[in-house]
Amino acid sequence: MALTQAEVLIGIKEIVEEVAGIPADTIEMDKNFTDDLDVDSLSMVEVVVAAEERFGVKIPDDQVSELATVGDAVNFIVKVSA
Amino acid sequence: MTRRRVVVTGLGATTPLGGDVATTWAGLLAGTSGVSTLTHEWAQTLPVTIAASVAVDPSEVMERVEMRRLDRSEQFALIASREAWKDAGSPDVDKERLGVVIASGIGGVITMLDQYDILKNKGARFVSPHTVPMLMPNGPAANVGLELGARAGVHTPVSACASGAEAIGYAMEMIRSNRAEIIMSGGVEAAVHALPMAGFAAMKALSTRNGEPNRASRPYDRDRDGFVLGEGGAMLVLEEFEHAKARGAHIYAEISGQGLTSDGYHIAAPDPDGSGVQRAIAFALRDADLTTRDIVHLNAHATSTPVGDVAEANALRLALGADADQVAVSATKSMTGHLLGGAGAIESVFIVKALQERLAPPTINIENIDSAVTINVVKDKPRALPSGDIAALNDSFGFGGHNVVLAFRSY
Repeated sequence: MALTQAEVLIGIKEIVEEVAGIPADTIEMDKNFTDDLDVDSLSMVEVVVAAEERFGVKIPDDQVSELATVGDAVNFIVKVSA
Repeated sequence: MTRRRVVVTGLGATTPLGGDVATTWAGLLAGTSGVSTLTHEWAQTLPVTIAASVAVDPSEVMERVEMRRLDRSEQFALIASREAWKDAGSPDVDKERLGVVIASGIGGVITMLDQYDILKNKGARFVSPHTVPMLMPNGPAANVGLELGARAGVHTPVSACASGAEAIGYAMEMIRSNRAEIIMSGGVEAAVHALPMAGFAAMKALSTRNGEPNRASRPYDRDRDGFVLGEGGAMLVLEEFEHAKARGAHIYAEISGQGLTSDGYHIAAPDPDGSGVQRAIAFALRDADLTTRDIVHLNAHATSTPVGDVAEANALRLALGADADQVAVSATKSMTGHLLGGAGAIESVFIVKALQERLAPPTINIENIDSAVTINVVKDKPRALPSGDIAALNDSFGFGGHNVVLAFRSY
């Protein structure tokens, strides 16, 4: 069953808060993981693995570098869940 | 050219007796034991169920997000170095003249074991990307180096239980040889976990006095039966003397020499001859331009093992000769337990405090002193040290036959 953008965003906010300590209510679709959310390349691996587990999707390693913003990640997960 | 002198201008610690130097030192003078019964589920099936855990868990003073990227040993290093740097006046120094030398005996063993559990139970995909920076033995030094922006060099000597002392000696040499003006130096260990404890227990190195945790670490006592594993870390800011004076820093003491030797005898047992220890003491005295007559205090390695304590005491007697009678010997592991790679560092902090306050800390739990121990041990209560220019030694030994002796002078 396809996930909605809203429910994936909620999940990503919680994961980023857990991994990077950024309050969930300040995380928006246009935030850049590296520049805005203090998620470096190592922490991005944690975000990806947590998102895969939570949403039951697969995010291939060669896709991860394309996910610059929260919106990129949310839209990718919505797309592959369909 | 005269040799560059090195002084101590900052102290920091997190130990089984307290979350900082002041609390730890007060507990030490009061003769408090930091040993307690482990309540973790993993401890219940071990032959040893006691340890000296830190008095203040890192979670009480560190943000959760910072903690999850750091091994417990790295947490100890950052906590102690933040205190030491602040104590030194948070100096604004040239980063290219600022170094870090922080040791660990084992490295991030808790991370390694926890991540191995994840690997086995969930699979490789779930192993944390922070695993390697957390388990590497240079992780504590590297993290402190990053925080301070140190660019003169970041180093991690590893020599088991002599590591902390070796780190401080290495830092002294970095300043003497003009590689740096100021160094954060010390040692940490976080190995209170099932596997290290089972390993030490298999060597019969640990005390099994599980029913009396406060009495278990008893260096020099006739009925000692092994060491108690401790955890924590301690830091000393070492600084070139003129640099410290120029910025008006508070100077605790001078570190004036070191002696390093190796036994070439056995992987774990001390050389009963003690010649390696004697040579290390002689080298440290010569390096510091001191004689046995100048030494009024010594913080012994004395871990509370049946063989080790006597071997060391004999070596001290031989190295110091008749002057051993006027050396107040303290075995502070009776209170802190054995911090392994952190031991030489916390005991150096204790020496510096002892020289500053003219007070040798006590050794607790000596009910019947071993008749083979012929040195002048400070029992039960602190002992006053003489006024005037005085000096003290800190000796540390490690599995592998490493001997490190550091010499400090009052300032």
